[in-house]
This record gives sequence, C-alpha cells and structure tokens, in this order.
Amino acid sequence: MAKPKVAFYWNASCGGCEEAVVDLAEDILGVVDAVDIVFWPVALDFKKKDVEKLKDNELVASFINGAIRTEEQKEMVELLRRKSELVVAFGSCAHLGGIPGLANFSNRNEIFERVYKTSESTSNTEGVFPQVKTQISEGELTLPLFFDTVKTLDQTVDVDYYVPGCAPPPDIIMDAVNAILKGDLPGKGSVLAPKKALCDECERNESKPEKLEISEFNRVHQIEVDPEKCFLTQGIICMGISTRAGCGQRCINANMPCRGCFGPLDGVKDFGLRSMSAIASIFALTNEENLSEDELEKLMDKLVDPAGLFYMYSLPSSILRRKRMEK
Amino acid sequence: MGRRVTINPITRLEGHGKIEIFLDEAGNVVNAYLQIPELRGFEKFSEGRRAEEMPRITPKICGVCPTAHHMASAKTLDDLFKVEVPPAAKKIRELIYSAFMFEDHTLHFYFLGGPDFIMGPDAPPSERNILGVIQKVGVETGKKVINIRKRTRDIITLLGGKVIHPVCGLPGGVSKGVKKEDRDEFIKTGKDAIEFSKFSLKLFDDIVLGNEEYVELVVGDIYKHKTYYMGLVDENNKVNFYDGMIRVVDPEGNEFCKFKSKDYLKHIEEHVEPWSYIKFPYLKNVGWKGFTDGIDSGVYRVAPLARLNASDGMPTPLAQEAYEKMYDVLGGKPAHNTLAYHWARLVEQMYASERLLELAEDDEILDKNIRNIPTETPDEGIGVVEAPRGTLYHHYKTDERGIIQKVNLIVATVNNSAAMSMSIKKAAQGLIKNGEVSDGLLNMVEMAFRAYDPCLACATHSLPGQTPLKVTIYNSDREAIRTIIRD
Repeated sequence: MAKPKVAFYWNASCGGCEEAVVDLAEDILGVVDAVDIVFWPVALDFKKKDVEKLKDNELVASFINGAIRTEEQKEMVELLRRKSELVVAFGSCAHLGGIPGLANFSNRNEIFERVYKTSESTSNTEGVFPQVKTQISEGELTLPLFFDTVKTLDQTVDVDYYVPGCAPPPDIIMDAVNAILKGDLPGKGSVLAPKKALCDECERNESKPEKLEISEFNRVHQIEVDPEKCFLTQGIICMGISTRAGCGQRCINANMPCRGCFGPLDGVKDFGLRSMSAIASIFALTNEENLSEDELEKLMDKLVDPAGLFYMYSLPSSILRRKRMEK
Repeated sequence: MGRRVTINPITRLEGHGKIEIFLDEAGNVVNAYLQIPELRGFEKFSEGRRAEEMPRITPKICGVCPTAHHMASAKTLDDLFKVEVPPAAKKIRELIYSAFMFEDHTLHFYFLGGPDFIMGPDAPPSERNILGVIQKVGVETGKKVINIRKRTRDIITLLGGKVIHPVCGLPGGVSKGVKKEDRDEFIKTGKDAIEFSKFSLKLFDDIVLGNEEYVELVVGDIYKHKTYYMGLVDENNKVNFYDGMIRVVDPEGNEFCKFKSKDYLKHIEEHVEPWSYIKFPYLKNVGWKGFTDGIDSGVYRVAPLARLNASDGMPTPLAQEAYEKMYDVLGGKPAHNTLAYHWARLVEQMYASERLLELAEDDEILDKNIRNIPTETPDEGIGVVEAPRGTLYHHYKTDERGIIQKVNLIVATVNNSAAMSMSIKKAAQGLIKNGEVSDGLLNMVEMAFRAYDPCLACATHSLPGQTPLKVTIYNSDREAIRTIIRD
C-alpha cells in the first residue's frame, strides 16, 4: 500500500515551527517512515504547477504554519487546500495570527514608511519602496503583494484541525500526527490539545488563595517575582487563566508569565476579550467600593498596552481583527 | 534581448529567496539579483508595546536563532532602563548564548553547509545531505551530532523556558538562576562539546584540506570578494559573541573603525532597492557605491569569517590554535574566501564550547543575585550581540512609562545582503558560459550563498532528503525552453 502523502508549508512565520519538527529528534524518523512527504514547506521547488499536478485531495494532510501576509502565501494555501483532505493550522501564527499579527495595529503604508524611510539607519531620500513590479535594464523583477491586513489560516481557507503553540511542543505534535495517521480524530475544527486551562495544571496553583484577587497591576521587570507563587497574586498579568493547557508550562518554568500562545479554550471566539474579562473579574474586588473613580483609574492606568498584551498572539483572530485605520 | 534564468525559490532567508540571472545574446551573465520576497514589519508593530515584552516579541523574527534576538533585546533593555546586570546574571546569559552558538553552528556544518564538502559539491544530490553525511562518517557519529545538539539545546530550555523563543531575559538580569545539580550537567555538556568541536575540526581537516580540489575551490576566485569585515571584539580585540566593541577592518585588514553599540548610526546606513523587501546596509563613512567590492565600496560582511577577520584572535586556547592554522593555510589575514566561512564557523564552534565550559565551571554562576530591579526612567536603549549569522542591532525608544515609541533593527543576515547578491552574481558569471547551464551549476550557485548560512531554516528540514532546486531557462518571449530539476 502506498504511504499517505503529506505536505508542510510555511507563510509569515519565523521558522520556529520547522525547528519544532526537527526537535522531534528521533521521532521524526518514525514519521518519515510512515508518510510520504511530497511537498516540503521550504522545499526550493514550489512552483504552483508542481503542486497542481497532484490530484485534488491526493494529500492526506497539509501542515501549514505562519499567518497570511502576502499574495503568494494566499495563493499557495488555496492550492494546498484543494489538494488536501485535511488542512492543519500548525502553530500560533496559522491558528491565531501570532506575533506577526500584531501588524494589524498598523497597515502596509505605515510599515513601509517606517521600515524603508524613517528608520534611523535607512538612507532613502528618494522614498524608494519595494514594488510588485520593477523595470530594470535587463527586464522586469517581481515581488508578491504585501497585504494591509494579516489573516489567520482559517480566514483564508477552510481549516480542519489546529495544532497550537509558539512553537508547538514535541508531544503535542506527535499526538496530532498519530491521531491523523490512525484516523482517530475529534470533530472538525478541533484544537488538538488538552481541553483545560493552563491554570488548572500549573504547579503554582496551590499558592493561589481561595479567592483570587488583584489589587494592583505590576509589570514583570518592576518587582522580584516569587518563583513559587501564582503570578496573578503578585499583580502580574498571566494569561494562564484563559489559555489552553498543553505547553508544559514552559514559560512559567523559567519564572515568566504566560502570554497566551496556545490560544483560547473550546467555545471562546475572542481570546483577548476573554482574558481581559477574566482579569477584570478579579481586579480590586473587595476594595472596589472604597475607591473613588480617580483612584480606580489610577490603578487601571498601570495596565499599559492592554490590547498588545491580551492580543499578543491573537489579534487577527479577534472579533475586530485589526485597528481601524484613518483613510 | 537575452535569456533569463530563474531560480525560484532558492532556500529561505527567514522567508523565501529568489535568484534572477540575466544572460546576454551569447548566453553570458549580464547581471544577477537575489530577491527577498517577504517582510513582516517588526519595526512598526512593536510600537506601542511594553518594552519588557520585547525579548519575547523579537525572537519571533527567527525561530532558528531566537536566542540571538532574545539576548540583543535583553541587552537593549539594560541600556534602556539604565540598569546594571549582576555578574551571575551576565554569566548565565552568556552561558545560554554559548550553548546556542554551539548548537546553531553545529546545525549549519552538519545539516546545511557541510554536506557540500563532506560529500563533495558534485556528489549525487541524493547523497549530498545529512543522511549522506551520516553514511560517510558513520551512524555513531550521526548520533553524536544529534545528541550533542540536543544536550546544548536542553541548557537553553532549562534556563530560558523554551529553546524556540526563550523568555528569561529581563532588564537588569534573568528570571531564573542556576541550580548546583544542573550546573554539574552543564560542565559535562561543555566538556563533551569541546571534544565534539575537536572532532569537527579534524573532520574538516581530513575531508576538505586533504582534498586538493576542495582547497582550490576554497581559495579560488569564483568565491572571493574583497570587502570590509565587521565583528564584536573584547578589550584585547579578541572575538566575543555576547559583548564588546564593534570593530571594522578594511579589505587590507587594517582597522577602519572601532565603536560602541550606541554609536552604530554614525557608522552604518541602509540602502533600499525597489526589487527586494530586504535592505542593504553599508558603511556610512565609505558610502553606498552599488553592488561592488573593494576599499571604495561601503559593502561589508559579517558572520564567522568576518568576525575572525575583524579580530586579533580567539580568547580561548584551542580556538586560537584553530584560528592560527586557518590563516596559515589561507595565506594570512584578512581572508576574502567566502567558502572559508565554513572553516571559520568551526573555529567559532570550538570557542563557543570552550566558553561554555569556562562559564559552567565558574562558581559565581550559582550566585542567587540574578536581577537588579530598574529604578531609572527609560528613554532609549541599544543592544548588540554577534548572532551566528552576524552582528545584530536592536535599538528602542520609549516614553517614560516604558512603552515603545520607535524600534530600529539591523538583523544579522541583512548585513550580508549586498555581499550575498554579489557572491551569487560572481558565481553565476564564473559558471554560466555561452548559455550552458549544467546541473553542477545549481549546487555551485547555491554554495555561493550557503556559506553565509543565511538563516536557511529550510535545510534543517531536509533531514530525510535533499532540498530540491529548479532552474528554468526562458527565451526572449518568456517561454520556458529548458528546465533542470534537482530533487
């Protein structure tokens, strides 16, 4: 029997998801034995027609990482969608938009202005920007169009499953691959990771008082962080409260708070909104009535850049998707 | 109108890369372009963010070298918040960094660049990869490569949380200290890393230096550019990855300038071309003269060979020995041979492992004082490290609350962007004559940029096979008339 065919592809991403696959170490050899990788994300030959030669649905699965940022990426994932039975959004960027999705606080013009014109080290008095088409004496050179808005994979093509994380840890990757190979899959649209919150498995959970409360907001560089105690009890925003478990508490093990790369729990549409409301519900509880509006506002002012913090990995997947830009 | 050869895509550079080669009527190379068709815009979307989150945001620029961005960012925050790092924290950062430089250089030599030499530039493509390497050097050695890389990466995981995107760096220190029992393991890993580096140098000696053809290739003209070189040096002008002054030598090897991180804007400028999303840095005080080398062109190079050229030597004994031997064979300093980047990378691998052991054995690394809490009002900070692929600059401005207002980045590989374009053009010119495009060309052109290790994350994924490459030759009507595929 022919081995099932799979593809890997990357879009607006960093290569960390590819490293995550390499970090499977010996396990990758088992994967390679079980499947036929007919298309490699960074394979040098990825002319559209080479994938087009495949029959529709010929691929058992395409694992696609990265957000969608350019025309070229959009075309590739549309093609892969046609050729694949299953499309798996792999890693935070494909799943939620990821860190590159923070660009939705801005747009193409602003990015080009900053990168190619006003950046302190750039000398560009003529205001040259990269162009989709450039005529040079020898002919024409082309670049793919850079979109205004970053999109998640499922805002671009239909997605069957999600493997979360920045980057996804090895055990989550192997479980997903095995589930696909065995055909032992949950319902379409599932995130292939535990269904509980990171808080529920956090070792610091025991340090939490019965009634969790934040009386003031601290930033992680401003205080000595007790490595035994829940971050929230120390006034530090930790998104473990609203983030799906399965990461192995990697950041918390290094004594740093969760930033939500695994995304929301089942049934939650907008991760940032849910995180914000979770934090709001435990903020200044007992003392709230004794505080004046001014005093409350002062406390709230310490929560700087809430949008960037709560949507660090998920702005494109939020209900608003992006900042509204002046025309 | 002549013909056009498109290599699309070549391997990635934190994105895709594309080479366009233009031929004249006779089929000789008129010009060649290395295009980078991707941009994400970190400089813009970091605006408005909390400064202390930058060491967690910027590693996402590159998942292969996230530790370099993490450290550059943490150092930028030290400067921004005007806070000293306690000695133990500085050593912990450098320990993590040495482990990282070691594992990253190992990745390049065995998985990416090395196969060209170990297997030969014209070996069958199916063998010219890590599996071929393992076959040639033995399965035991293959396991050794995977094992030592895993153990050095485990150090980063333990102290940094995640090896892909560490999180431990804070202004004024690190979030986690070193435990005694972990330290014992670090020492073992450091010792084994040194043994492994010896083995790598010996392998290079046997396979490359023992083969006249290869030596000819390394010292030959196709892969040669006389440029300026840049790298961080310590107070004795020895190579340093984590800290120091930035030193630039001219194509003759004379010191051109030596400056502090905070003065980088006095020395570096970036040029923009409409046909690529990548910018082209050059030495401001020489000027942008186009894609050309020599003392009158501001084009400079970074990364292993450049660092060695820009320094007076290595700070550790075994690396110094390897350094001296390299320049003996290459005929003195500076060495302009692009393919010697591979050799320089192994000299640095040795330095990284010796430094890793030094730091692990230093009792101060166990000290509990790993953070100073910032008290000053932040405004502006600049941080520089030597990433595996070259000098990496982070520069942030904030308001008084520590909210980012401006970010400027010169990413390691970008420093080499002009030189890489030139290297590809020169290799193409030397190899494509009278329209004859042989299969051998494909790998030889690839070798011209592979030596720089331009974040070729792709090749790490080609563990089970060879990265395929396709060259399409078009006639003047843009119809494909011949396709060569190496898969």
